[in-house]
Amino acid sequence: MALKEILEKYKPLDKGLAKERMDVFQEGLDAVSTIHLTKSFMGIKAVNDLSISFPKGLVTGLIGPNGSGKSTLINLLTGLLVPDAGSIVMANRAYPFIKPYKLRKFKIARTFQDGRLVEQLSFEDNLLLGVAQNRIEKSFLEQSIKPYQKKLEGILVKTGLKDHRHKKAEDLSYGQRKLLEIGRALMQEADIYIFDEPFTGLSPKMVEEVLSIIDILRIEAKTVILIEHNMSLIEKLSDYVIVLDHGTLLASGAPKDVLKNKQVQEAYLGV
Amino acid sequence: MEYLINIGILFCIYAMLALSLNMVVGLSGLISLAHAAFYGIGAYAVAILMTSHGFSFWSAMLVGVLLNGITAFLVGKILSKFKGDYYAIVSAGLSVIVFSVLLNFKTLTKGPLGIYGIGKPSILGFSFYSSGSFLMLALVFVALFYALFVLIDRSSFGRALKGLREDEELTVFLGYKTDKYKSVIFTLSAMMAGVAGSFFASYIAFIDPTSFQLAEGIFFFTMITVGGLSSAFGSIVGAAILLILPESLRFLGLPYETAAQLQQLIYGALLVLMMAFRPQGLFGKFRV
Repeated sequence: MALKEILEKYKPLDKGLAKERMDVFQEGLDAVSTIHLTKSFMGIKAVNDLSISFPKGLVTGLIGPNGSGKSTLINLLTGLLVPDAGSIVMANRAYPFIKPYKLRKFKIARTFQDGRLVEQLSFEDNLLLGVAQNRIEKSFLEQSIKPYQKKLEGILVKTGLKDHRHKKAEDLSYGQRKLLEIGRALMQEADIYIFDEPFTGLSPKMVEEVLSIIDILRIEAKTVILIEHNMSLIEKLSDYVIVLDHGTLLASGAPKDVLKNKQVQEAYLGV
Repeated sequence: MEYLINIGILFCIYAMLALSLNMVVGLSGLISLAHAAFYGIGAYAVAILMTSHGFSFWSAMLVGVLLNGITAFLVGKILSKFKGDYYAIVSAGLSVIVFSVLLNFKTLTKGPLGIYGIGKPSILGFSFYSSGSFLMLALVFVALFYALFVLIDRSSFGRALKGLREDEELTVFLGYKTDKYKSVIFTLSAMMAGVAGSFFASYIAFIDPTSFQLAEGIFFFTMITVGGLSSAFGSIVGAAILLILPESLRFLGLPYETAAQLQQLIYGALLVLMMAFRPQGLFGKFRV
């Protein structure tokens, strides 16, 4: 089954909840926001004085043409890059930069466009790495995976990869790797999930798995930031869309409004 | 029989070194060439304190182990800023510095003359003077080191180490302060090498700086590369192979000079062959 057919059949669960949450967002409640955030590479501003907010409990599509600053923004939000100026507001506090090891504390989980895994560890260990004890003295004493067993089994079912639990990450297919990354993020039971092109390279069955995972996150009122190039997916999945161009905000709002926006069509869709 | 017991004791000392080094190189992916330095500090602490200050083997060993812990903790702070080849080069630097100190700080270490008359351990009046009893004691420590390796390997601490050895940035993303992890495993490993050094000094009864050169560090590295990275069993096998192979040259009737040169050739060839055809070693669980 092609992606188009899957999307035609797919009906997001409880998208009605979005309205309520959008009202709350418009009253000022967001999950994460940036204030005059700026990052340059060799004099070129990849993110330019950007002030945006991601609504809490909604699926936000982050889109823009290549080089629009999407990945730079996500890397700034997750501490992979340090901003030149501006700040990031998380948990009601403004930070000049984010220390990546604190993402777990902030309850933020992310996946990477190219699928980053610990290649020589098993599927199971990759999942556990995101959730096991990280305080050094306690981590030595944690000799069993029992505390995480239930959660682990749940994720293995959700990703449909139970049979691969003992395989090394390097022996998995591209699609399985993407699912493992999503599974690792789910293990973390985060409040904010950042999925970087999660559907790329997935088989139709896997696309359905990811769609149902996003549905569950939506019901659980988790914040999802979705970077995706496929406009049909964005339209169908997102409650809110942010469009970047040349590191600045081009448009934001409900998908149907944003995608009809003339500027967006010119810049992004080349219409 | 006595010959076999002596080989057994040397095997135990090498096994302790291999197990401790494999925690840093195999479990954590940190290419440390500083092990000869920690081995030397442990050996000299026992030699100096037992021969000149009347310490017992155990208290001298404890001082050596603590000294190693402090040195490794401080050096580890610097080392944790480096990765890969740079880590190897900086750690090799420590080996060179310690060797120079052992060689030139003559008032303390007696320099190239070495220190002799180092005593044997004893517990509650029982002296491990005979080779057989010394071997038993050394075996107990090998078993303890083996158990510690296995415990670390299967703990969440071990999983984090394995995470950082392949993708440190990702491991940080997942909530681990990797600098701390690197520092702790390096310190622990150095302390274990200190124990091996103490046993060596006590067993040989005479030490000089030549046993603790950078080349020794490379030799220990070869042991774990051959036996298997990230594997306790591989460490033991590597130690046995690297001990038995050169020992077997004795029976070929080669002149001493030739045998010594051949030994170096074998180590080098083993290292190259393993890297080329089986980078994880014989029983390894991690490929560089």
